Amino acid sequence: MKYLGITPEKIKVGVFDFTGCEGCELQLANKEETLVDFLKAIEIVNFREISSVKQHDYDLALIDGAISREDEVKRLEFIRKKAKILVAIGSCACFGGVNRLKNAFDLDEANKEVYGDKPKETEYVRSVKEVVKVDMEIPGCPVSKAEVERVVQHLIWDVQFNFPVYPVCLECKQRYTTCVFEKGLLCLGPITRGGCEAPCPAGGLGCWGCRGPSADANYEEFYKIALERGFDKEEIKERMSFFGGFDKEINS
Amino acid sequence: MSHKHDLDIEHLARVEGHGNIKVRVENGEVKEASWDVVETPRFFEVMFKNKHYTSVGLLAARICGICSISHCLCSLRAIEHIFGVSIPESAVKLRLLAKHAETLQSHLLHVLFLALPDFLGEPSVIPLVEKNPEVVDIARRLKHLANHLSDAVAGRTTHPVSFQVGGVTAVPKKEELIKFREELIRSFDDLDAVKELIKGFTIPDFVRETEFVTLKGVNKYPFIGGKLISSDGVEHEEQEYKTMTNEYVDINNTSKWSKLSRESYAVGALARLNNNYQFLNSDGKKVADELGLKPVCHNPFMNNVAQFIECYHITREAINLIEQIVDDPLKETFVPVTPKAGSGVGAIEAPRGILFHYYEFDKTGHIVKADCVVPTTQNNGNIHYDMKNLVRQFTAEDITDDKLGFICEMLVRSYDPCISCSVH
Repeated sequence: MKYLGITPEKIKVGVFDFTGCEGCELQLANKEETLVDFLKAIEIVNFREISSVKQHDYDLALIDGAISREDEVKRLEFIRKKAKILVAIGSCACFGGVNRLKNAFDLDEANKEVYGDKPKETEYVRSVKEVVKVDMEIPGCPVSKAEVERVVQHLIWDVQFNFPVYPVCLECKQRYTTCVFEKGLLCLGPITRGGCEAPCPAGGLGCWGCRGPSADANYEEFYKIALERGFDKEEIKERMSFFGGFDKEINS
Repeated sequence: MSHKHDLDIEHLARVEGHGNIKVRVENGEVKEASWDVVETPRFFEVMFKNKHYTSVGLLAARICGICSISHCLCSLRAIEHIFGVSIPESAVKLRLLAKHAETLQSHLLHVLFLALPDFLGEPSVIPLVEKNPEVVDIARRLKHLANHLSDAVAGRTTHPVSFQVGGVTAVPKKEELIKFREELIRSFDDLDAVKELIKGFTIPDFVRETEFVTLKGVNKYPFIGGKLISSDGVEHEEQEYKTMTNEYVDINNTSKWSKLSRESYAVGALARLNNNYQFLNSDGKKVADELGLKPVCHNPFMNNVAQFIECYHITREAINLIEQIVDDPLKETFVPVTPKAGSGVGAIEAPRGILFHYYEFDKTGHIVKADCVVPTTQNNGNIHYDMKNLVRQFTAEDITDDKLGFICEMLVRSYDPCISCSVH
């Protein structure tokens, strides 16, 4: 594939999944309109979900899922050693994601509930950066393929980019979505980082904060608005803990 | 005979999640042939506890990145049973349309991106981008259409946003649906091209008599709710799912296993075709004839073909649904909900087979107890027992380690296992 008449060297990519639903890996096989170009621009050397090829000489390692077992820690540490650049993709890899909800329970009790008297090995859920050094994070449930493409474009052609840090509210305004607070719904849009194009408020769901905090999130004003509109503290806290992205704020 | 085989395939490729194949054959005798799931458990049944009903469908979707729409709809069905909510007819149609889009997406991903390389002798679909661009182009186009339809109806392809307890909260525009109808009609040409390719596939000659469990069709091919049946003649109501699934824990597996009349049973496209063939529409039946699938088929490798046949059936059903929606414009799609204490079940045919969600709620609308029985959870035991027979059959003749490993991998992939989902 040529760019300005030059054929750049392909970057070698590995994609690895840990504790999660694999929806983020699926996103990499989606966005079909650019899929062929994407596959031509990179060399996939390790992506178990779609290929039997298994090498460990990747420039870029994309990590999907949270970490919740000792063998995952070992595997992640190995990948970190081999990878030049390691990027956490999706809310599970970046924050622990919904898996983090498990951490509110006693692990032995949890095991007993699901597996009875034959417990399985499990640990409290951690994000990728709680285990190894992470070079970049792309949160979202699921991850945005367009944002993964921008990282790849940057590595191949040195295309500069910035991920949005403004709140989801801005993108609701851009697509003319009526504010869901006006419909009586709770929404984390005012404090959540945009870039998702705000599908959840448009779908009548409101934002659940899967991308974590926006830059300089004004929590004080947000709580004030939410409480004024009749949502109680517990409900707001439950919403903010859903994807694990606001744990720092909740625990502060 | 002095055949010896020693295979250890760790973390099988081109499936969702982590599973291992082990085979040991000494002097022609099968000492071990196993399929074991080692995926890290997530404990969703525990995470559901204390959750308010407004967040349950959302959390349920996160069990599976491929069939999130099915998990969400199954979850909502269980909750609506408990609260005694009857959703408007327009919402029923939209949910079914999204479900069809998801099944198309999931089946096409499996047949054309994950299984196809096995039949064309490639390690993945990637080399085909250069070697067979026409096929990749068709695969890309078909999958794009299915994903795009999910986007329009569910608000998003993965992890739907417009389905909530009480109905549907955002609806697609009429003009948009008319465009989808045209694109779906055109997509039959692409499906026909794939069909010709599939006709040339060599399907391994292997049969193991199996019990198949599905929803029971009444007048039509079943997708959402209804009675449960097995090909061995067992029949139960939706809420009696536990007597159908009988989950138990195996020491070597993080996925549970299921059994009914035999040591294991199978669910999925082949099971649905076997149990409900008479309700397949004419598009589906015609392709089933052409591809030589007749019920009852006990060759698990034919699940690939069954999925492809369902693509024809579902494409036609989606076209019909859109025509109904366009002719009789959508009215109310959402009803208000009042939570109630109680317990209930939802059953749905997810792409990979029958799926159950069971919940108990307190009177404030929070979950007290949850149980999910997932398609691949039910299939894992069956794959394990298939594997023993498969190895026995193929090692009776001279076969290299590579070829034996390949056929074992192909067996697992034929079930289109969603392992992460099975260890929810």
